[in-house]
Amino acid sequence: MRNGAVTGWLLLLPAAALLVLFTHWPIVGSVWDSFYSTPKGSRPPVFIGLDNYQAMVADEVFWKSLWNNLWFALGTIPVSIALALAMALWVNSTMRGRTWLRMAFFTPTVLPMIAVANIWLFFYTPQYGLLEKLTTALGFGTHNWLGSESTALACVIVVAIWKEAGFFMIFYLAALQSIPPSLSEAAALEGASRGYYLRRIVLPLLMPTTLFILVNAVINAVRMVDHIIVMTKGGPNNATSLLLFHVYQVGFSFWDTGYAAALTVVLLVVLAVAALGQFVFLDKKVHYQ
Amino acid sequence: MSSIHLESVAKLWGEARALDAISFDTEPGSFVVLLGPSGCGKSTTLRLIAGLDTPSSGRIRIGEKDVTNLPPAERGLSMVFQSYALFPHLSVAENIVFGLRVRKVSTAERERRLARVTDLLGLGHLLERRPSQLSGGQQQRVALGRALIAEQPICLMDEPLSNLDAQLRGDMRREIRALQQRLAITMVYVTHDQVEAMTMADRIILLREGRIEQVGTPDELYEKPRTTFTASFIGAPPMNLIPLEHAGDGWRFAGTDSRAPVNVTSADGLVLGVRPEDLVLDDRGPLAATVVSVEFHGADSLVAARVGEANLLIRVPRHAHFEAGARVRASWAAHHQHLFDARSGLRRDG
Ligand SMILES: Nc1ncnc2c1ncn2[C@@H]1O[C@H](COP(=O)(O)OP(=O)(O)OP(=O)(O)O)[C@@H](O)[C@H]1O
Ligand SMILES: [Mg+2]
Repeated sequence: MRNGAVTGWLLLLPAAALLVLFTHWPIVGSVWDSFYSTPKGSRPPVFIGLDNYQAMVADEVFWKSLWNNLWFALGTIPVSIALALAMALWVNSTMRGRTWLRMAFFTPTVLPMIAVANIWLFFYTPQYGLLEKLTTALGFGTHNWLGSESTALACVIVVAIWKEAGFFMIFYLAALQSIPPSLSEAAALEGASRGYYLRRIVLPLLMPTTLFILVNAVINAVRMVDHIIVMTKGGPNNATSLLLFHVYQVGFSFWDTGYAAALTVVLLVVLAVAALGQFVFLDKKVHYQ
Repeated sequence: MSSIHLESVAKLWGEARALDAISFDTEPGSFVVLLGPSGCGKSTTLRLIAGLDTPSSGRIRIGEKDVTNLPPAERGLSMVFQSYALFPHLSVAENIVFGLRVRKVSTAERERRLARVTDLLGLGHLLERRPSQLSGGQQQRVALGRALIAEQPICLMDEPLSNLDAQLRGDMRREIRALQQRLAITMVYVTHDQVEAMTMADRIILLREGRIEQVGTPDELYEKPRTTFTASFIGAPPMNLIPLEHAGDGWRFAGTDSRAPVNVTSADGLVLGVRPEDLVLDDRGPLAATVVSVEFHGADSLVAARVGEANLLIRVPRHAHFEAGARVRASWAAHHQHLFDARSGLRRDG
C-alpha cells in the first residue's frame, strides 16, 4: 500500500517537475515581482507595495486593452463555437467528399499563426487588397480596414474566428461520432424531426464538449497576441491593443518589468476566475455519467 | 393489430446480398421470431420492416398499406434496439415518454400512460434515474417501456436479451411473451438463440445466408425439420446427423458394420437424424457407438460418443457413468427417425 503511493508519486514526478519549473514557479515569480520596482541600471528593485497596481488604475491603455479584450471575447467566442458546431454537423453527415471538407475546415488550424496573419493582412490591404477589390467592384467606397479605429478590432476578430472555428470543430466532430447512430434511429421511429433530435438529444449530449471548448475559447481570447503583433501592433491609437499585447509592450518594449508583472497577475486572475466559474457553475449541468 | 407482409424483399450492400428475395406474412397479434446464425440477415430484415433501411427490391406491406417508401414514424410500429438506444441524458421517465412529447400528447394522457407502463414493468421506483444508473435488465425494461407506451400495433425487437445473464434472460423471456399476449401486439423478434425462439414464438422464420430456410411453428421445426440445416439448428443440443452408406440391398452407418434400420432406396447417400433425447441406451439396439465423454447436467447427462466418423450425443436421465472408450448400443422409436438426402440436405419422407 505505502509502496504503491511512493511509486505513484515517482511516476508523477517528471510531469510535476516540468509544471512547477515552467508554470507554477513563474507565476509565483510574477506575483513577487509585481510588488517591486523595476530595476534600472545599477539600481536594484525595491519593495514598493501596491504602487504598480495603483499605476494600473491610472493607466488608460490598460483600461482600453481590458475593454478591447472584452469585446474581442464577446465577438469571437459565440460565433466561433456556433460555426464550429455547424461545420461539425455538416461534415459528420454521410455525404460524398466529406473527408475533403473536414480537411478544408481544419486547415486554418494547422497553418502557422504568422503566415495566417500575413495572408489576412493582404486581404485587408488598402487599395489592392482582396476585400477592397470586392467592395469597389460592388460600388462601395474605399476604406482602410485595419487602419481605422472603427474597424480594426472587428478585422482582428474575424481572423480569430476563422482560425478557431476549425479547431473547435474537431472536438465537436469527435463528440458527434461518439453518439451511437441508434439514438437517431430511435428518435426517427418516434417521429422526431431532425431539428427536434438536434435540440433535445444532440445538443445536450454535446454539452461537456461545449464546456471544454468554452473554457479554451476564453483562454485563447485572453492570451491572443501574435495576430496583433503581426497585423496592427495594437494600433491605430490602441484600438486593437489586447491585455497580453499590452503586457508584452510594457515588458519588452518599455522594459518596465515590475509593472508588466503586475499586469500579468491581473491577467492570470481574470483567467482563473473565468475558468473556475465555468467549471463550478456549468459542470453540474453538463455531465451525465 | 396489424399484419406484416414481405414480398420478394432483397437487400444488397454493394455487391453483397444480405437478403435474397424473401417473402413471408405474419398474422396480426402473433409472435414471430426471426432466427438464424450470425450474418444471415435477421437485423437487416427487421430494419427494412422498421424503415431504417430501404429494400433494394420487393415490397413491404403493413396491414393493407404499402409502406415500402414510408418513413419509420409513419409505419405504426415501435422498436427495441439491441443496444437499447436509451438517451443517456434523460431520466427513465423522460426516456419512456420521449415519443409522446414528440407527438404532443396531452400531459394528462402522458401521465396516465406512463403510470400504466411503469406499473406493468415494475419501473416505478426508478423513474428519476439516468440510464447509466440502471442495471442491464432495468435498462432493457426501460427500452421496452418506450416501445410499449407508444401503443403501436407492431413491436420489433432486435436481440433484446443478448446482454443479460441466463437468469434474467429467462425472466424477461416470460415477461415479454406475457405482455405481447396481453396487449395483443404483433411482435417480430430477432434472435440467434434457438431456446428463445422455441419458448416464445408462435411462428419461427429460420434464415440462412439471406434466404428463408424454413417457416413454421416451434413444433413443426422441431418435429419435421425440412433440411439438415434446420435439424442441426433447432434443439439444444441439436439433432444427431449420422451419414449412411450402401450395404448390399440395405444401409449401414458410415464407417461401421452396424446395419441401419432403413429401407429406402436412394442413388445418393442418406443421412439419418435422431435427437439426443429420442435415443435410449439398449443392448440390443441397432446403433453401436464408442463413448468419448460424459457431461453431467443435473437432471440428465449428455453422453458424447462416436459412430464411425460421426459424433453422437445421447441424453440419459440422472448421472450416467461411463469410461471413455466404453461400447454402448442405442435404439429409438421409428417415428423419431428423420431421413435426409445426403447431397441436397432435404428431408425424405417414407
Ligand atoms: N451497413 C452494411 N454495409 C455492408 N454490409 C452490411 C451492412 N449491414 C449488414 N451487412 C451485411 O449483411 C449481412 C446480414 O447482416 P445482418 O446484420 O442482417 O446479420 P444478422 O443476422 O443480424 O447477424 P447477427 O446475429 O450477427 O446480428 C451480413 O453479411 C453483413 O455483413
Ligand atoms: Mg443482428
